[in-house]
This record gives sequence, structure tokens and C-alpha cells, in this order.
Amino acid sequence: MRTYLCMILLCSTMVAQSQDCNYTLSGKIIDLHDNSVLPGATLIMIGEGKTAESDIDGKYQFSNLCDGTYSLQVYHPNCETQIFKVKVSGDTKRNFKLEHHLEELNAITLRASIFGSKTKTNFEQKVTEKQLDRFSSASLGEVLNTLSGVSSLNTGNAVVKPIINGVHSSRVVVMNNGVRMEDQEWGAEHAPSIDVNSIGNITLIKGAGALKYSGDAVGGIIVTEASKIAVKDTMYGKTHVTAATNGRGGSITSTLTKSYTNGWYGSIQGTLRRFGDYEAPDYILSNTGNFERSISGRVGINRFEYGIEAYYSFFKNEIGILRASHIGGASDQVRSINNGIPLIIRDFTYDIDAPKQDVTHHLFKVRGFKNLKNLGKVTLQYDFQQNERLEFDVRRSSNDDDRASLDLALTSQTLRLDLDTDNTDLFNLKTGLMAQYQKNVADPSTGVRRLIPDYERFNLGLYGVADVSITDNFLVEVGGRFDYFHIDAQKFYRSSFWEDRNYDELFPEIIVEEFGNQILTNPKLNFSNVSATFGTRYTFNDAYKLYANYSLASRAPNPSELFSEGLHHSASRIELGDLRFDSEIAHKVSITLQKQGKTFGFSVNPYINFINNFIIIEPTEIRQTIRGNFQVWEYRQTNATLLGVDIDASVTLSDDWNFYHQFSLVKGYDESRDLPLIDMPPVNTMNGLVYQNKELKNLRVELQSEYTFRQNEFPNNNFQAFIPETDSFELVDVSTPPDAYHLLHLHTNADFSLSKNSMLNVGLSVTNIFDTNYRNYLNRLRYYADDLGRNISINLKITY
Amino acid sequence: MKKFRISILAAIAITGLVFTGCSNDDDAPAPVNEEEVITTLTVTLVPTTGSTVTLTSRDLDGDGPDAPVFDISGNLAANTTYTGSVVVLNETETPAENITLEVVEEDLEHQFFFVAGGNLDITTNGFNLDSDGNILGTTFNVTTGAASTGTYTVTLIHEPMKPNTSVADAGGETDIEVTFDVTIQ
Repeated sequence: MRTYLCMILLCSTMVAQSQDCNYTLSGKIIDLHDNSVLPGATLIMIGEGKTAESDIDGKYQFSNLCDGTYSLQVYHPNCETQIFKVKVSGDTKRNFKLEHHLEELNAITLRASIFGSKTKTNFEQKVTEKQLDRFSSASLGEVLNTLSGVSSLNTGNAVVKPIINGVHSSRVVVMNNGVRMEDQEWGAEHAPSIDVNSIGNITLIKGAGALKYSGDAVGGIIVTEASKIAVKDTMYGKTHVTAATNGRGGSITSTLTKSYTNGWYGSIQGTLRRFGDYEAPDYILSNTGNFERSISGRVGINRFEYGIEAYYSFFKNEIGILRASHIGGASDQVRSINNGIPLIIRDFTYDIDAPKQDVTHHLFKVRGFKNLKNLGKVTLQYDFQQNERLEFDVRRSSNDDDRASLDLALTSQTLRLDLDTDNTDLFNLKTGLMAQYQKNVADPSTGVRRLIPDYERFNLGLYGVADVSITDNFLVEVGGRFDYFHIDAQKFYRSSFWEDRNYDELFPEIIVEEFGNQILTNPKLNFSNVSATFGTRYTFNDAYKLYANYSLASRAPNPSELFSEGLHHSASRIELGDLRFDSEIAHKVSITLQKQGKTFGFSVNPYINFINNFIIIEPTEIRQTIRGNFQVWEYRQTNATLLGVDIDASVTLSDDWNFYHQFSLVKGYDESRDLPLIDMPPVNTMNGLVYQNKELKNLRVELQSEYTFRQNEFPNNNFQAFIPETDSFELVDVSTPPDAYHLLHLHTNADFSLSKNSMLNVGLSVTNIFDTNYRNYLNRLRYYADDLGRNISINLKITY
Repeated sequence: MKKFRISILAAIAITGLVFTGCSNDDDAPAPVNEEEVITTLTVTLVPTTGSTVTLTSRDLDGDGPDAPVFDISGNLAANTTYTGSVVVLNETETPAENITLEVVEEDLEHQFFFVAGGNLDITTNGFNLDSDGNILGTTFNVTTGAASTGTYTVTLIHEPMKPNTSVADAGGETDIEVTFDVTIQ
């Protein structure tokens, strides 16, 4: 599906013209990275039945061609297959550059390689299958955390939610295999429902430029794709087993793929992952185990002219939440924070009790494409998703009550039609439309008022993106998208809140019925959003590229921002949404200078993001309840500015040694109040030394240093609370960020050949080597416990 | 442009399909009666002679914006011993649910704490015990000293570590925390 950004070098020598069909097309196949020639590449002239192969010097030739435009598919065993458009005018010479498989390359390309498949003027980062293999027992958030500009908002260590350039949740779009994940991503403690083992590669776009997928990615888009399956008669698989000391658990995952030369293929994959209580250096983090089960399969046919694929995945994850984090009001907060260690520490167990989450996600899609001559590639896709989310709080009567406190089922169905035209010599146009129907049902049998109401949402989207190559080195991309949302909700408000908020005067017409001290309302909300992108890419000196991109993103408020109204246990605070919100509008400008090279490479990516109507949640008052005093956090719209820079660099020190560096900085300000934004990732830098020896069983040893500075800019949300025990008011410090910390990790692995077709890869990793005590500003449970201590893990991967 | 117009038409057609395909029975959802909430706490203090004093805090909207309403029947007498008991209710249900029964039933998982603040000269002791012989505190004795004023705080902790010396080392989480302004005369 993927066509990589290719620098097209036309070394054309125009020869005399004539009307005969006896022209030739010739040239070389070249490695994009070091300009070496690639012998053994197969070139297929689509629709013409002509093939050619590159010789030992990388040269190929087609003869008996007429003037006109041809489509060439270039295939090489070590490269991603690509399709090029070539205009033949007389005898034509043309060289093609192919992107080598990433595993062949050194660490710079592994850490920050660029691909232009999703957008052409946004710098994109990629995580390859090889890298993903090292994260077999990790979560998607942990994998993304290794990229510059990405950090994570954690709830303990199992709920890891990506933050891109300082923003998260609904502002980060996750596209899983062409399907936008609708997994209640609005909540800060809702992690993406994706098993990393089901993914072939990940592309990260730090901006809203990929309008094909969405127009509301204020932060960015994470695109995960399944591995490519070759069109040949083969059957292969891999099994990956991991065992780890911290959490005393592990994972097992297997993939089996079968394909045929006629284009048919099928693949099945499953993962089991089980951990008990994790451990901080000094104590057990009670009730932090997790149990993940997932299975996915796909079957399809892939031809040049057409293809169809059906895909299904099931993901279920049961995650324990640190028991000591489930507390009451301000007095409990003071006790927990001042105690220094969790107030509840029990013996190690694999059992997962309340508080816990139990998330199930079903995803089904069917997708077909057809290459139409003179038009381009038309793709039609339907997907169905169901996300069931159960959250178990500690109940007042815990003995005989194992009901969830929150029970939401979100069903989404989407139809997409995309057209990718490539038949024009001047520009490429991608256009399409999508329609989505979404329904959320909150089960009332929980005996707890609904946090998110029942609602239906309709979304209609329309986009177009065109790119034009002004010269061989200069490309301009421009695009626009329109989205319409209609939300029809059935929300119960408490009468006291309804009146306190003046809703009784503002929205008297939406009242349906009154039940005692509750009011049933039927809010109907409409949002019309426009998003756009404009960017350029300039290539110079062969190795340097300069990207500049402006993107306009518009995001409709999510259900949590609109409808929240009540106590949020895991945060020990009352959260209030607002029905009156408008869409958030973000203007982001991002520039990247990139140099690729065998010995030295880097990318520098400064950006600034102006967000109007930015929805933030912040404390407004202390509310007295019979359960004690709680801080009230209200959502509010403001204008915000986020700016920062991400840097990647890599130096090859010798044949075997490589050094890499990564640095991310982001600052965020609330412009209307002139205050820093909360939860901004602190400055961090990652440095590593890699030794790799191809002769010695492909031995790879990596020593990695991770330094996170203290966040010095934060809003002061501390408050005073009366503590009866001490008969005094005490400060509840919920703002002060923890100190800076430095962690060292070691990763090693080596390959052992088992037979002609099977290979064993053995890996040993130690994270947090010195068992350092630390707390992470972006971990929502940092008030209660230290982060993870040392972990030693062993990986065995067999490919066959 | 023409292409776009066709696209829009197609979009509308497709949406129509999707929407009709999923049209549902639009029944109004049922309200949820909050079962987890405690709305009311009443401390009843009965002296051997003299008048009974009740201290009540009622918060009918739970964590909603309305503050709890306090009702203190009168002042305590100086140098008097009272027999105390505490009752907690969920009054959002009809009839009100007596949660004290649940607390007593799960006695190992609950404990009431009583703390005096300000100048209030008061001693709370003689608590009833749970099945392990640790304090439960649904009944107790209160002994007043000289005339004084101050606060009297009642706290119900869920899943405390027992035995303990005070709320500070009890762990668990607060189910109720009510502070009354009390006068001894």
C-alpha cells in the first residue's frame, strides 16, 4: 500500500523525436542512502507486460516503447517495492532510488528515518518491525516514547498514553491499519487499545498534515501498519517469548503468514502477556499487574490492478491500578503525599483487584482498491469497532459487589472512499470522503452516575491534498479538509449543578424529564470544522532536505470535555465539563532540516503551535462534601501557545560503533492567563552507544542513557485544606514537579542460525541498571509511589 | 469542482445509508440512582441526665455543588458523659438506606475516628470493637470537660490498616469526613 517518498532524479538526455515506437528507457537502480548501485532489482511496466532486471552495475533497459507515460513497479529483495511514473519522450534515461530495508542501516536511520508516504512536506519518523521486536512485551506508548518529541502521560506503568509535542488524548489520532482508533481516547488514563506485536511499522507525523486521516490531529498522527506480505509462494512465521524480573511475568506472541504468487495471502497473530505487581526500587507497587490477550488475522488478495483485504483484531487488557492511588478527599491527599511511600503495600501477587480497568476492543475492516487507468487508485473501506471499557473502583461495600463503576460501550462504523490520482505529469491529487456513525452506551446497572452519557455522533468528512514538483528538488503540497459533526446526547444532570451553571436559563429547551434531583436532557450539538495544510520540501546537496509546513487543525470538543460532571476517583478531584464549548483551532508551523549520510546524520525540528479555544482543565475551587474537601477542576477554553524543538543526530564512529543523540524540548503557555500549561513534558535527552558486529553472530550491544530534567515551568494549583488530625490548614502540593533523573539501560542481542530457514535471536536487556528511585512528572500516580525499579528481561525470537 | 460536487452527493448518499442502517430505538435511558453515595451522618449523644444532642450533616447532592447542611440540636453540657452512636444514610434512595448496617457487617474493613479541634475540651473513648478486637467505633462514649468551643470531626475510613493510632497511620481511604462546630457550656 505504501509508496515511499522518492527523490526522483531525472538524468534525462533528450534525443531526437519521432513517431515510432522503438524508443528505450534505461538507467540505474540506486540505493537512496549511499548512492551505490543495486543489482537484481525487478522492474515491471504495469499494464504493458514488460519486465526488466537490473544487472551487476545496477543498469536496466526497456526497449520498443512509444512516447507516453508509463507506470513502473520496482522490486528489490532488500527494498520496499515502489511505483514510479515515467514519461518517455524519445530514448529516455532515468535512475530510480530505492530505500533500503531499514534493518540494513545504522542507528540514525533506525531512530529517525523519513518516509513521505503519509504527507510530503511533514517530517515523519518511523519505527520499524525490527525495532518493534525489541518491544514485544511493551505497550504502544512505550515504543513511541523512544522517538524525539514524543513522551507519555502515564497512569502507573501499564497505562501509557502518547503525548506528541506537548499535547495528548483527543489531540493525537491513532490510525491502526487504516482505521482510526475510536477507543475512548479522550480520557487521560485511557491507553491505546493496540498490541504492538500486531504492527509491522509505525509512522509518526507531528502535525495535522495528513488530512487524509483526520483534520483534528492538533498534536499529531500515529499511523500503524501491518507488515507487507510478498507476492510469492511462501509460508513463514515468528514466535517471540519474553520473560522479565520486574512484574515477574512475560509475554508470548506468534505470527504465521502464508502467501501465494497469485496474490492471495493470509496471516494470523496472537499475543498473551501477563505480569504481576511491578516493583519500585524499595517496595512493591501493589495491584499493578496486567493481563493482555489479543489476536488478529487478515486475509486478502493483492494484485497490481486491484486488491481486497479483510482484517479483524481482538484486544483485551486488564490493568490493575495502584491500590494506594484510590483515595478520598484532601485529607487523604495530604496523608498520601506526605507519607513518601504508598500507604498500601502488600505482598506480591498476580491478582488484579479494584481499582482496575478492563478494556476490550474489536476491530473489523474490509478494504478494496482498484487501479483505474487515467484516474488512479480508488480505495473503499468499511470498518466496525467496538470498545468496551469497564472501570472498577473500590466500592464502599467491597465484599459482595464486583460490579464495575463505569461500563461504557462505544461502537463506531466508518466508510471511507479515497482516490489517489497519479496520472498527471504536473501534480498528484489525493481526495476522498468519509462518513462515520458512533454510538456510546453507558450501562446504568453500575449504580454509579454515568461519567460519559449515552450519545450518538455523526461525522462527515471530505478532503483533498495535492502536491506539485516545481523543480526536481522543490515540492509544494497543499490540502484542505472539511468535517461536520453532529452529537445527539442523553445526559442526566444533577439539578444542583444544572442551576449552579445557569443551564436552566441557557438551555431550558433541552430538558426532557425530571427525576427527583436529576434532570434528563437531550443536548444536540453541531460542529463544522475546516482544516488545511500547506508545505514545501526542498532537497539540496543530495543529502540535505528542508521541510516547512503550516497546518490548520480543528477539533470538536470530546464527550468528556462537554459532559463531565462528578468525582474522578483516580485523580481525587471533581471534574466539570461545559456544554458551551466551541471547536479548538490550532495553527502549527513546523520546520525540519535533515541530513542523511553514512557517517553523520541529523534532523532539527523547531515548531510552534498556536491553539485558539484550547480546552484545558484547571482547579477553580475547593468543594466541601460529606466525603471531605475536594478540589474542583473545570474545563475552560483559552488561547495557548506551544513551542519547542526536537533534535536527532547520529555519528558512525567506526565500522562497529555508532553514537546517537536525541533531544526534545517543549514549552506551553496559557496566553489569556499568562501561565505555563500543566503536564508539559520536561526537557529530556537520550544518548546511546551501539556496538554491532556482523561477523560475530550479528551481536548488538547498546548502552542507553536517558536524562529527564525537572519541569521548572508549571502552574501552581496547590491549595490549603483543613486537616482535622492536626487541627490546621495544610498545603496540598499537587503541582510541584519531581526532581530530574538519569536512567541507564543496556540492550544486547545476537542471531543464531538454526537451519536454512530459521533463525534464533537471543536478547538480554536491563533497564534502570542502578535501580534508581525516581518519579516522573507525567505519571499521574507520581504523588503516591516511585516509578519502576530495575528490570532484567530475556527475549527469544525464532523466525521460521 | 465538478468532482467535488459529485463527492458531496456521494457522501450524502453513503451517510444516509450508514445512518438508516444504524437507526435505533431511541428509548430514553434510565436514571442511575447513586448507590455508592453517603448523604447523611448523624451523631447522637445521650447523657445519663439532661437532654440528648444530635449532630447531623446532610449532603443530598453528593459531590455536586451544594455544600453539606449542618444541623446541631444544641450545646453539650460541661463535665458530662454521653453515650454516643453514629448513623450513616444514603437518602437519595427511598426509603433511605442505612449504611451503618453495612459498616457493622463489614466491621474489619471500616473504622470511625473522632477528633476534637480548637479549644474543645472533649474525650472520646469506649469504642465498640470489630470481630478481631480492634476499634470499629459505631458506638462510643464522649466525656466533656470545661466550657469551651471548637471542632469535632468524625471520619469513616474504608479498608484501614488495623490496629492503628489515628487516621494518620490508618491508610485506606476516606468515605466520610465531617467537621462540626461544637460548643460546651
